[in-house]
Amino acid sequence: MELVLAVTVGWLYACGLYLLLRRTLAQVVIGLALLTNGTNLLIFVAAGLVRGEPPLIGEGEVVLAEGTADPLPQALILTAIVIGFAIQAFAMALAYRVYRSVGSDDIDALTTTEPPPPPVVMQAEEGEA
Amino acid sequence: MTVLPVLPVVVPLATAIAGLLLLSRPRWQAPVAFAGATGLLASAVGLLARTWREGIQVVEVGGWPAPFGIVLVSDMLSAVMVTVAAAVGLAATVYSFRVVDAGRIGAGYYALIHVLLLGVCGAFLSGDIFNLYVWFEVMLMASFVLLVIGGERPQFEAGLKYVALNLLGSVAFLSGVGLLYGAAGTLNMADLAVRVGQADGDARYFTVAAMLFLVAFGLKAAVFPLYFWLPASYHTAPAPVAALFAGLLTKVGVYSLLRVFTLIFTQDAGYTQELLLWISAATMVSGVLGAAAHQDMKRILSFHIISQIGYMTMGLALATPLALGGALFYMVHNIVAKTNLFFIAGVVRRLRGSYELKDLGGLGRAHPWLAAAFFVSAFSLAGVPPLSGFFAKFIMVRAAIETREYGAAAVMLGVGLLTLFSMVKIWTEVFLKPSPGGAVSEGAVGAAAWVPVVAFALLAIGMGVGAEWWWRPMELAGQQLFDRTGYLEAVLGGGSR
Amino acid sequence: MNSSILRTMARLLASLLLLASLYLLWRGHNAPGGGFSGGIMAAAAFVLMAVAFEPMAGWRATRISPLVLIPLGLGVALGSGLIGIVTGGEFLAGRWVTVDVGEGVKVGTPLLFDIGVYLVVIGVALAVIIPLMGEEE
Repeated sequence: MELVLAVTVGWLYACGLYLLLRRTLAQVVIGLALLTNGTNLLIFVAAGLVRGEPPLIGEGEVVLAEGTADPLPQALILTAIVIGFAIQAFAMALAYRVYRSVGSDDIDALTTTEPPPPPVVMQAEEGEA
Repeated sequence: MTVLPVLPVVVPLATAIAGLLLLSRPRWQAPVAFAGATGLLASAVGLLARTWREGIQVVEVGGWPAPFGIVLVSDMLSAVMVTVAAAVGLAATVYSFRVVDAGRIGAGYYALIHVLLLGVCGAFLSGDIFNLYVWFEVMLMASFVLLVIGGERPQFEAGLKYVALNLLGSVAFLSGVGLLYGAAGTLNMADLAVRVGQADGDARYFTVAAMLFLVAFGLKAAVFPLYFWLPASYHTAPAPVAALFAGLLTKVGVYSLLRVFTLIFTQDAGYTQELLLWISAATMVSGVLGAAAHQDMKRILSFHIISQIGYMTMGLALATPLALGGALFYMVHNIVAKTNLFFIAGVVRRLRGSYELKDLGGLGRAHPWLAAAFFVSAFSLAGVPPLSGFFAKFIMVRAAIETREYGAAAVMLGVGLLTLFSMVKIWTEVFLKPSPGGAVSEGAVGAAAWVPVVAFALLAIGMGVGAEWWWRPMELAGQQLFDRTGYLEAVLGGGSR
Repeated sequence: MNSSILRTMARLLASLLLLASLYLLWRGHNAPGGGFSGGIMAAAAFVLMAVAFEPMAGWRATRISPLVLIPLGLGVALGSGLIGIVTGGEFLAGRWVTVDVGEGVKVGTPLLFDIGVYLVVIGVALAVIIPLMGEEE
């Protein structure tokens, strides 16, 4: 089971990074989502898998029984999911705003924040003329 | 019972709540934010005084003992950083009074500033690696929103780049936390330090996690070669927001590097220090060269943020008590000088409507006080005596020479000269040369914007003239970082009361 | 969306969802559930209203604006933490009243904290989802 999940984590990272490098806005956002989920799964695998033993204290007992799953990584993943949810929602809304204001979903069109082309080129052209 | 270390988290949270509840009453926003920021500064100073007199303060949240519960730890590094963050927060709040438009205030601008401060202070005080991640995200979320609210196309574009790259850093951070927990079975930083030190768990995971943290914090701190998001985004933010970001956000990355690599990952110190040495040198040089190529005041300053980060990580690379204390001194000096330069750039923009050097001029004659404040901050950044930057650089260079890293010392001095060149460029273009358009109509700048500018300029002078007095807490912080046993005892030894 | 079947059922389903969300919140102290899952379910109820009628219908159905729910919930959670300090313990220390209300649930600050989370989650989820739904038109 660890092997299957480990391969899945790797696959999610690979797909996420691939999408992140694409030029389309929507794909970048999906790539970020895949990366986040890959990380959640990574915590799950790294902390050790226990099947069918939820970390619940039984009726009339005061401590967890031996061999139950570790509750902490589950809490971590829940927290990470919540944070990921908030950030992905924000990224989605932002990507939409960018799309509306730029009028294109091509990342290469996002150039207004970059400096104008260096003046060196223009001087060279004047020199030739 | 210790309440003090909790206050820097509780006060900004309460202020943000009050601000959001009063969102429909714009007139109340600024006073509430001002009261909250003042309260935060007061509690931070109280915490610093307590930590200075009585040693490292620990709070076990909810009464659960470490390493099982979550702890808030205030050593000198944390306390000093929280105090500086609170000072910057107060200054940015005051600066915002007349500068921020009604649209941003209606969208919760002041509350968001306090959420940002909450994240920053929480990150400085956290003694738990996963909580550090959570505070990072709180801080980033607030910064994302602050960057884009009330914005136009440039802010949206910059915001997207900023969000994407920072999220990548968060993924690296969280992956590191996951691997570390899998290998060591704990999240408490002091407990982690003990277990990693004893190689209790598979040591290979520790190395991988350490490198993931280096990438994650390096990205947030904007070190070479992970800084590209910074000059692409910071300059689009409104002046007080840019000042807040420039002063605080990257420093949280540097703080985390300092904390993690002095406390937890000391098992392979030689390798990490060598790596950090090269990264720091490359950061300094590439940042300062990037600044030299630009003609926009805010953009030049953005590249200087990067260049200056190199000096701070250099302190970590040299790793002597002097260098670590020096890194903290450098951070404090840099926060003061850098924040003020962004404040001043904002004032210049309001007066003349531009950040472009070619459009500006004649401000030295028209506004001698502004010129004086810029002179002090800029030349402090460049390291001209007797200003604060001179002593910060002096300590770092001395630490480099003591550890026989002559190359590092040479780079630091060289980059200092190039910084001076950049600052002289702004000085002559903006303040000395006559205004290009002849007589200009000037926009209004409220008196509120002048208060933090003058206060921070005085602080930069004070830190230079009274360097010995300012150095004492930093020196103690350096010793605490170098010898981690005090931290471990305070957290794990049950010494919380 | 314009479906009379959905509109007829939406009110009933939404109230059932809200009831279920409160149950999740309540049992969360000792069993799976809690403020987050309860809050998400409650938000789903309001989003259902928004889908069935029009986006703002979901916004109005909360009675208290989602933008107020966020600070309100944060305030409740912060207050539950401060009770610990006021009563002489650490921040966020658990404090319980002695009434046992059945099902092994004891009323105390952790429940108060969960109620805060519940409110914040509803507020945030709606503040994110509903404006985006409005963009379509």
